[in-house]
Amino acid sequence: MNESLSGFLHTLLSSLRDLAPIILVIGFFQLAILQQPIQNLPEIAAGLFLVVLGLTFFIYGLEMGLFPIGEAMAEALARKGSLPWLVTFSFLLGFGTTIAEPALILVSSEAAKVAAAGGMISDTLQDRESYANGLRFTVAFSVGLAILVGVIRILKGWPIQYLIIGGYIGVVVMTLFAPDEIIGLAYDAGGVTTSTVTVPLVTALGVGLASSIRGRNPMTDGFGLIAFASLTPMIFVMAYGIII
Amino acid sequence: MEFLREFGHSLISTAGDMLPIVVIIFGFQLVVIRRRIPNLKRVLIGFFYVLLGLSLFLMGLEQAIFPLGEQMATQLSDPQFIAQSSGHSAAELYWYDYYWVYLFAATIGFSTTIAEPSLLAVALKAEHVSGGTVAANGLRIAVALGVAVGIALGSYRIVTGIPLYYFIVVGYVVVMIQTYFSPKFIIALAYDSGGVTTSTVTVPLVAALGLGLANSVPGRSALLDGFGLIAFASLLPIIAVLGYVQLSEWMVRRSIDKESSS
Repeated sequence: MNESLSGFLHTLLSSLRDLAPIILVIGFFQLAILQQPIQNLPEIAAGLFLVVLGLTFFIYGLEMGLFPIGEAMAEALARKGSLPWLVTFSFLLGFGTTIAEPALILVSSEAAKVAAAGGMISDTLQDRESYANGLRFTVAFSVGLAILVGVIRILKGWPIQYLIIGGYIGVVVMTLFAPDEIIGLAYDAGGVTTSTVTVPLVTALGVGLASSIRGRNPMTDGFGLIAFASLTPMIFVMAYGIII
Repeated sequence: MEFLREFGHSLISTAGDMLPIVVIIFGFQLVVIRRRIPNLKRVLIGFFYVLLGLSLFLMGLEQAIFPLGEQMATQLSDPQFIAQSSGHSAAELYWYDYYWVYLFAATIGFSTTIAEPSLLAVALKAEHVSGGTVAANGLRIAVALGVAVGIALGSYRIVTGIPLYYFIVVGYVVVMIQTYFSPKFIIALAYDSGGVTTSTVTVPLVAALGLGLANSVPGRSALLDGFGLIAFASLLPIIAVLGYVQLSEWMVRRSIDKESSS
């Protein structure tokens, strides 16, 4: 009990250290550059305490829950040797976690406003909503596809750079044809899709898969799933912009 | 009481985000794999900790950091503030008059990336898998430096109005050249680090900065130019991580050369 308490305190301290730069930056700009006092200091201190506590619990949960289950599932699916199930699982994991992602819901409704203001769709609530939903579905589908392709890459042991460079060429070609309004948004869509719960799970899946297949190296083959998941949404969102 | 209400709200919304993942995992476990999950109790406690941790984390961010950070991003990009700090009148500002904005962009990019939980997760995994060759903190600092340069460069782009895809295409070319010269073990991890930098902590603050700048710089539209900062924050870390490994390899090789020649 005593030992776990000291472990907890240790993690708490390192969370505090992770947070120190933000506190310094905000404090410096607020006091030295903008020269304004910080209002509701007690409330902010309480909030910071919650952030530190939350980060600590998250790290504990990561090591106890997300990492082990991701690796256990990868291993079980690899041992089962059924490619269709593995592929289904990868797609669903990517699709399912993205469609519910709050950042994506926010960004797609913003995008609908941009599209309506730019005259791409008519500015009615119904049209905006169907545009936003279509965009969300597109992004979620592209992330599902990305995890699927990434998993097949791990199985086959393809070098990642060829696929990524192919993806980059796809992005550049799409940029030439996509309407201007969608480009910035499409580039950003790649960054917002991967949430804090998805990332550890997907990473553990890749590493677990690469460790349980003979001839694969968890370091060179296990990583890279997230890279695909941030690349395909760019291509698909621009395609969506061209079609609509 | 207020605290409990807010906490409950945060807990429910995080649970909603986690629900699809839990359904998929346990659905597959029951239907396809049909084997007991090893250490089920421990895993469930772990999931509960993740839920609790993320809820507290988000609640604290919304209470302490987001309001202040967003307000500061707006104030720093305000033309009046920039005119006052640069000594030029608000009507004739040059791109270099925005130096406080660039500095804020870089430092806030660096510091939020250090606190980003998903980057921490990937860095821990990478340290474990590589047997310590890739140090978790070294990786995080390299990524954070990449984000810092990326957000500052992105702010410069909004101020000057240079099209986004020029930067992105040049960035891709740099990544390809670096990939060619990099050791194989780092490539996949470096590509991954581009995607994990921008989530819970970074996106809201950076989006506020982008929209604030696009609103205040004459001739920019928030709709067209406000987006795009996150793209920079996902591209530059790849370059930074590849560069970090190349630099450390080069230094090792140089010290070996020195020893053999003396």
